[in-house]
Amino acid sequence: MSNNLGSMPLRYRVTIDREQCMECERCIENCSYGVFRRDGDRILINSRKCTACHRCLAYCPRDAIMLEEQPCDYRSHPVWTRATREAIYNQARTGKIILAGMGSVANLPIIFDHLMLDACQVTTPPTDPLREPVELRTYLGKKPSRLDLRRNPDGDIELATELAPNLMVETPVMLGHMSYGAISLNAQISMARAAKETGTFMGTGEGGLHAGLYPYQDRMIVQVASGRFGVNIDYLERGAAIEIKLGQGAKPGIGGHLTGEKVSKDVSRTRMIPQGSDAISPAPHHDIYGIEDLSQLVRSIKEATEWKKPVFAKIAAVNNTAENVAAVARSSVDAVVIDGFRGGTGAAPRVFRDHVGIPIEVAVASADRELRKQGLRNEVSLIACGSIRESADVVKAIALGADAVYIGTAALAAMGCRVCGNCYQGLCPWGIATQRPDLVERLDPDVASKQVANLIHAWTLEITELMGAAGINSIESLRGNRDRLRGYMLDEGLLDVLDVKPVGA
Amino acid sequence: MCGIFGVMDKRRQMMDGSGIRQALSIMNERGSGEGAGYAAYGIYPDYRDCYALHVFLDNACESKAVVDATLEQWGAIEHDEAIPTYDQPNLRAPCTPWRYFFRPDPSLAPGSATPEKDVITNLVMQINRASNGAEVFSSGKNVGVFKAGGAGSWPEAVADYYRIEDYEGYIWLAHNRYATNNPGRWERPDPFNLHDWSVVENGKITTYGTNRRYVESFGYTCSNFTDSEVITYLIDLLVRRHGLDINLAIRALAPPYWEDIDQMPKTEQDLNRALRFAYGSATMNGPFTIVAANPDMMVGFTDRGKLRPMVVGECGDCLYISSEEAAIRAMEPNVESIMMPAAGEPVIGRVAP
Repeated sequence: MSNNLGSMPLRYRVTIDREQCMECERCIENCSYGVFRRDGDRILINSRKCTACHRCLAYCPRDAIMLEEQPCDYRSHPVWTRATREAIYNQARTGKIILAGMGSVANLPIIFDHLMLDACQVTTPPTDPLREPVELRTYLGKKPSRLDLRRNPDGDIELATELAPNLMVETPVMLGHMSYGAISLNAQISMARAAKETGTFMGTGEGGLHAGLYPYQDRMIVQVASGRFGVNIDYLERGAAIEIKLGQGAKPGIGGHLTGEKVSKDVSRTRMIPQGSDAISPAPHHDIYGIEDLSQLVRSIKEATEWKKPVFAKIAAVNNTAENVAAVARSSVDAVVIDGFRGGTGAAPRVFRDHVGIPIEVAVASADRELRKQGLRNEVSLIACGSIRESADVVKAIALGADAVYIGTAALAAMGCRVCGNCYQGLCPWGIATQRPDLVERLDPDVASKQVANLIHAWTLEITELMGAAGINSIESLRGNRDRLRGYMLDEGLLDVLDVKPVGA
Repeated sequence: MCGIFGVMDKRRQMMDGSGIRQALSIMNERGSGEGAGYAAYGIYPDYRDCYALHVFLDNACESKAVVDATLEQWGAIEHDEAIPTYDQPNLRAPCTPWRYFFRPDPSLAPGSATPEKDVITNLVMQINRASNGAEVFSSGKNVGVFKAGGAGSWPEAVADYYRIEDYEGYIWLAHNRYATNNPGRWERPDPFNLHDWSVVENGKITTYGTNRRYVESFGYTCSNFTDSEVITYLIDLLVRRHGLDINLAIRALAPPYWEDIDQMPKTEQDLNRALRFAYGSATMNGPFTIVAANPDMMVGFTDRGKLRPMVVGECGDCLYISSEEAAIRAMEPNVESIMMPAAGEPVIGRVAP
């Protein structure tokens, strides 16, 4: 025995109601973690392997399976919580950095939940979206700050300003960057179809663009990250827009790591790396050591694609986000994506995920304020992401200054994901965060794409209703309209940063 | 719910204030008797080259000293005096209306295409944002605003308080306020004025926050917190500083829907898309009818759903824009034509050159 810690208390306990169970073995088939097995005439349970992914519960025809979290108590202690103790036991045993999947689990207040939306009553009438148009169409990209106009020989005014290319989205909700490798091809195809159906866009992540996605390429935003995986001129030319990933909310300041086991033949071809080799994205881009280098990279990419496509840059929300955004806004970039500290990930060191960065609400508000202060707001669109959970979050993010949002975890959940946080194991029983062919097959793009499209459609309807109730009939009139928000139980300092009044004021 | 009214004589023939007093008071059921105001162009021919600054002073001693000192920094005071007023039985005046005829020093706005107006803009913002007991509520050449708030401020009382029938102008705007907040503040009722432009609004924009953040990024300071203040600054920004024709400025403030833009011929589509791109944050939502004027024109426009009324009348050389037809008929019983423009269809009347 290499340690004296023994085994940890069970995280989950799975039980089967033997009276209900008909021993159909669907639980055994569905659980890729190996919780269930048959031994003679009994189905045995190994709760220690359970991740609470709910696949067995979802597919048990008799509702015979029940799951309990933390069935074993520790001595309660406000400082030495279960999580801190278990992290210590884990690290005492391994001597390693602890990896975690999905977004932060830090139990901090969620600012979105403390922002209340406005509605019209009598001094202003609400708009009824069933009777009057409410425009959600959004253009992402550079906008002129003023226009050059000339009079043509007929005496009509014509536009002399040349408009930079913009992405037109029919709803301000886009599907965020999750790479092929981190998630399955079927998951990507499902989202791509949903993007096409709902008039929005989807990010490729840094895993390249698989040929299976070519039919949807005009709905794809192709990513250029520090590892440059899958990047060549063909890739750049296929995308509707190009996004340079400089940082990620779940792990600001560090790079990424896709383990060799996940680099299958297909992933290897798409990423343009040898099969079975680890795909390591360095922390910085090795050709960007200053803001002027970013500008060169942006212009190189634009030159390569003949200045026809918007180029986005994504950064993590950190202390000096406003300064970073203002710097990026000067680099020929068309949109800045800000990823909040609750942003998701396939795998990130737990210490980064739960401790580094700032909330997206604050980052967007301060970025919008700084851009306006510096007269740069029309230079870039702002895209907020990192824990956008529902339509109200979208409306609040836009009222704080964003042009649009990316969703990640919410889209995965629409495909079945139960946010169990074990993406890094590569055994996702829902066929989402895995490359194992038998698991990937479980996710039928015909079905899953409809579910993602339904989610976007439902949110779009809700956003329309919320805007109508607030008497706002176009999305640009919501953008940065903080007067339509009120802070409930937020402290004065935070209200000041958000530039939002308290409830009742 | 407020009542607004505008009249313009396109040959600059003068009208005294008695007609518009009559027109505005016929719409008393649109107001709450807690605020009314008038703006008139052409009323100060003797000081036509000076900027007429109308100021509410909390008192004629300390507050006035602040204004005097500020004006002396920015230019020269040609003449100043109390604005003549006549006590009304139910109107309580918490402040003293004063007027200055002022020549700004253009060398204090070097590099500007319109240095005098920049100086005026700066000093108005400087005085109004400070708590110094002084509010400049009108600052144009040969133009003046007369307004009051608080209980008893029905249109007739305010008109009689200033005896607006003693003034003669070729454009008049008027506003009958239905108060919702700060009823007692005299600077709150419309018209709002900044040098050339005066604005009266019937409405409540739902985009105040977005619009204010936008104009403030160009150096304006909103200290009155009224719609008409932010609207005046938007018009000044788009027309004077960005050089847009008034019809394009109105298009930027109340743009066509995307589905209509999609149907336009290409050059028009490009222009309209560019306007929405550039001025998305200036776009106003919510119900409003606005009548605005400068020395050369009077314009009226509504929100693109036309949630508030706008009636247009014409008679001889006169153009009328009003919340109600009855008000036009009260001023001109023989009005020749009455129109109700469709939503998003602006009315632009220009004074003959």
